[in-house]
Amino acid sequence: MAKQTEIEAPNNDDGIHAQAELAEQYLTFYMKEEEFGVNILSVQEIRGWEAVTRIPKSPGHVLGVMNLRGTVVPVIDLRMSFGLTDLTYDDATVVIILNVECSNSNKVMGVVVDAVSDVHNFSDKDIQPAPELSDKAQGQYVKGLGSTEEHMVILLDLNEGLIQDEKALLSIH
Amino acid sequence: MSVDLSQFHQVFFEESNEGLDIMEAALLELDPDNLDSERIDEIFRAAHSIKGGSGTFGFQQIADFTHVVETLLDLIRSDQFKILAEHVDLFLRSVDCLRTMVTQSEQGEECETELSNSLKSEFEDILNGRESGASAETQNGGEVDANDGQSDGARGWQIFFRPSTDILRTGNESVRMFRELAELGDLEVDVDASDVPQLDDIEADACYLAWNISLFGEATKEQVDEVFEWVVDDSELTIEAIDIGGVGLAEASSSNTSEDATSSAKPAPVVAEFAPSQVVAEKPQTTAAKAEPKAKREAKAESASIRVGTDKVDSLINMVGELVITQSMLGELGRNFTVDKLPRLMEGLEQLNNHTRELQESVMRIRMLPISFAFSRFPRLVHDTSKQLGKHVELELMGEQTELDKTVMERIGDPLVHLVRNSLDHGIESPEARVAAGKDEMGKITLNAFHQGGNIMIQIIDDGAGLNRDRILEKAIDNGLVKASDNLSDEQIYDLIFKPGFSTAAEITDISGRGVGMDVVRRNIQELNGSVEVESQSGKGSTFTIRLPLTLAILDGQLIRVGSDVFIFPLVSIVESIQSYDQMIHRVSSGCEVLRLRDEYVPIVRLWDIFSIKPDSEKLEDGLLVVVEGDNMKIAVLVDDLLAQQQVVIKSLQENYRSVDGISGATILGDGTVSLILDIGGLIKLSGVSRAEYKKHVNEDDSAAA
Repeated sequence: MAKQTEIEAPNNDDGIHAQAELAEQYLTFYMKEEEFGVNILSVQEIRGWEAVTRIPKSPGHVLGVMNLRGTVVPVIDLRMSFGLTDLTYDDATVVIILNVECSNSNKVMGVVVDAVSDVHNFSDKDIQPAPELSDKAQGQYVKGLGSTEEHMVILLDLNEGLIQDEKALLSIH
Repeated sequence: MSVDLSQFHQVFFEESNEGLDIMEAALLELDPDNLDSERIDEIFRAAHSIKGGSGTFGFQQIADFTHVVETLLDLIRSDQFKILAEHVDLFLRSVDCLRTMVTQSEQGEECETELSNSLKSEFEDILNGRESGASAETQNGGEVDANDGQSDGARGWQIFFRPSTDILRTGNESVRMFRELAELGDLEVDVDASDVPQLDDIEADACYLAWNISLFGEATKEQVDEVFEWVVDDSELTIEAIDIGGVGLAEASSSNTSEDATSSAKPAPVVAEFAPSQVVAEKPQTTAAKAEPKAKREAKAESASIRVGTDKVDSLINMVGELVITQSMLGELGRNFTVDKLPRLMEGLEQLNNHTRELQESVMRIRMLPISFAFSRFPRLVHDTSKQLGKHVELELMGEQTELDKTVMERIGDPLVHLVRNSLDHGIESPEARVAAGKDEMGKITLNAFHQGGNIMIQIIDDGAGLNRDRILEKAIDNGLVKASDNLSDEQIYDLIFKPGFSTAAEITDISGRGVGMDVVRRNIQELNGSVEVESQSGKGSTFTIRLPLTLAILDGQLIRVGSDVFIFPLVSIVESIQSYDQMIHRVSSGCEVLRLRDEYVPIVRLWDIFSIKPDSEKLEDGLLVVVEGDNMKIAVLVDDLLAQQQVVIKSLQENYRSVDGISGATILGDGTVSLILDIGGLIKLSGVSRAEYKKHVNEDDSAAA
C-alpha cells in the first residue's frame, strides 16, 4: 500500500476510500531528530506555543495549564516525558491538543513537540510491534513502529499516564 | 404497536414526587375544623394523577394504594365524610409510604407492600365504617353507591363501548384497556364492525369499531370505571351488572354519551384496525398490561435534570439571536475592513461584549431555583418533631422565591435540617415553660431567605430561650476550648457552639445531640464557601444566619502574587491582611513560626516554600501576611503582594488534569491567563501544621512567656 503524503482531509481521494478499512491516519511530528505519530482522530487542534500557568507540586514534564477557549487544559512537554534534554521553546514549537481516552471520561491535554510534520496512512501490515521497552516508562506509550518507504515513525498511544506518572518519569533519569 | 413505556418512567417518577410534595404541603395547611375545599381539591388532583400515571405505567401496587387514598379524598371532597386530625395524619403517613414506593420503583425494586397494606386496611376500615353508618339517602352519590352495593352480588359486567373515532389519535389504546379488564376477570369481547366504511373512505388512524364486552368475575364497578377513566368523556359507554342471581338490576351509569360523540362516530364508518379484534380472539394475557419493570437499573439514577421556566429559555434564545446578529455584523465589517471603519468595529465589539455578558447571566439563571425547594420539607419536619417533643410550634417561611444555585440548594438541605431541629429541640421551650416566662404557648420558628450583595442569606429565627451563655462557657472550659481567665465577648462565646466536640444538650435526645454537632454544620456551609453565625438574646430567642454565595460557579476572589505567579484566595476565607513586624513573630522552633495576632497565635505558612516558587523576597518583613481561616483554624500565608479583588468563574482542574493539593480549582483572568484558586484546608495539610502541633507550640510559647 502506497504511502500517502497529502495532508488534505480524506474527503475527495479515491485512494483513501479504498484503504479506509485497512489504514489509519497518523499525524506525525518531530521531537529532536525522531519522527513520532499519533492517531489523527485523537488530535483536536494544533496551536503555537504560548506561556502557561505553572501548577505547583506537579511533575516536571507537566508544564502547567492553559486556557483553551474557556477550558483549563494541562500542557505536557512530551519531549521531557521521553527523556529529551536541551529543550527550546520558540516560534516553531507547537502544542498538539489531544483528546485522550481515560478510565471514565475523555480528557483534553496539550503536548509540546518540536514541530508538526505530516499525515501518514499506516495499515496494520505497516506497523511492527515495538521492541521490548516495558522497563522504560516511555514503553507504555509506544504502540509500534510504522515504516514508510523513506523512514520509520514511532507510533504513540498516549494515555492518562502522561499526567500522573511522576515516579515513572524519575526512573528514567 | 407497543410503545416502550419505560422511556416515560423517569418523568412519571419526577411528577409523582412533585405530586406527593404538593399533597404533603396541602395536608399540612389543612385545618380539619375549617375545611378549605380548594386544598382538598389540590390534594385530590395530585393523588389522582399519581394513580393515573402509576396505572398507565404498570406500577400496580402504587395504583392500588393510591386508589383507596383517592376514594376517601373524593368523599371528603364531596362533603360526605368529615375529616379529622387523625385522618390528616393517616394521609401524611400514606404520602410517606407512597414516596417510599415510588423510590423503590425508581430503583427497579419491588415495592414493599407491608406498610401500604396496613395503611390500606386502615383506609378500608374508615370507608366501610362510613358506609355502614351513613344512610344512603343523604348522599348525593347514593345512586352510585347503590350500584356498589350491587357489585358484591353481581357476577360480572356487561359493557358496551363505542369510542369516538379520535380515540387512537388522542393516544388511547382500546386493546390496552381490554388487557386491563382481562386482569379483573374472564373477558369476552365481541367486536361490532358495522360502522366500518368502504376501504376508500378509511382514515388510517381513526377508530370505527365498537365493542360488546362481558366481564365475569368479582370486579367492582370502580375497577371497571377506572379502566375507561381516560376515555369516558368522549365515548359512548354503558356498564351494566350481569346478575347471575336473576334479579335484573341493569343500570346505565356514567354513560357520558354526548350526542355529538355518537353522531360523529357513526357517519365515518370503516375498518381501521384489525389488531384489536385479533387480540380479542386470543385469550388476553393477564400480565400484558403491566409494563415490565426495568430489569435492573445499574445505579440509582441521579436526578440530573432541571426544570427550567420557559421565560428563562426564551430570554436565552433572544440573547443568542442578538449574538448571532452582532456576529454577522462583525463578520461583514471584517471582510472589507478599512481604517475609517474603526469606530464601528469598536462599537460592534462593545455590543458583543454586552451580549456575551448577558448570555452568561442568563445561563447562570438556568441553574437557579427558588429556595422553596429546600424549604418545602420543613412544614412536615416541624409538624412531626414538635408533636414528638410535645411542643407547640408554628413555622413561618419567608422569601421562598429567593433563587439559589441548584447545587448549593442540594447541599444546604442537611445543614438547614440540623439547624431547624436544633431550634426545635433546644431553642423553643416546652409550653409550660413558655407560659411561665410570659410568652405565648405557641413557639415560632421563622425561615427567612433574602439576597444581600451577591450573597444569599438564610436565617433560622426562633423565639425560644436563647443560648445559655453561662452553660456554653462552662462546657467550653471543661473541654479545654477556652480558659476560665479568658475574657470573651458574648459573640465569641456563642461562636463556641460551632467548635468540634461541643454539645450543650444536657441529655442526648432523639432529635439532636447525637454527636453530630454544629461544627459539621459549619464545615458543610464552609465547603460551599459560605459562613454561619449566631446571634442570641436570653429569653428572646436566637437567630442563625447562613451566608452563601449565589452560585458555586462564581467566587469572590482576592488575587495575590508570589514571584511571577498569581493565585486566588476565596474572599470569604480571608480574616485580614497585615504587614508583619518583628515583634509580632515568635519563632517557636526551627521552621515553625507563629504570628501573634491580638490574643491568638497563628502559624505562618510561606507559599513560595510549599509551592517551590521563586518569590521576590524570602524575608517575612518584605511581604504581606494574609490571615486565612479554614478547617477551623487560622494560618498566616506569606505572599509578595496583594492584587485586585474580583469575581472569578471557577473551572475544574480535575476535568482535564487531576486534583492538586492546596488548589481547589482554576479560573481564567481578564487577560486570558489561567490562575489557580487556593484551598485553605489543603494548604494547612501541605504546610504540615497540624492542629495538635500548633496547639502544643502555642502552649509552650505561653509557658515560656510566663
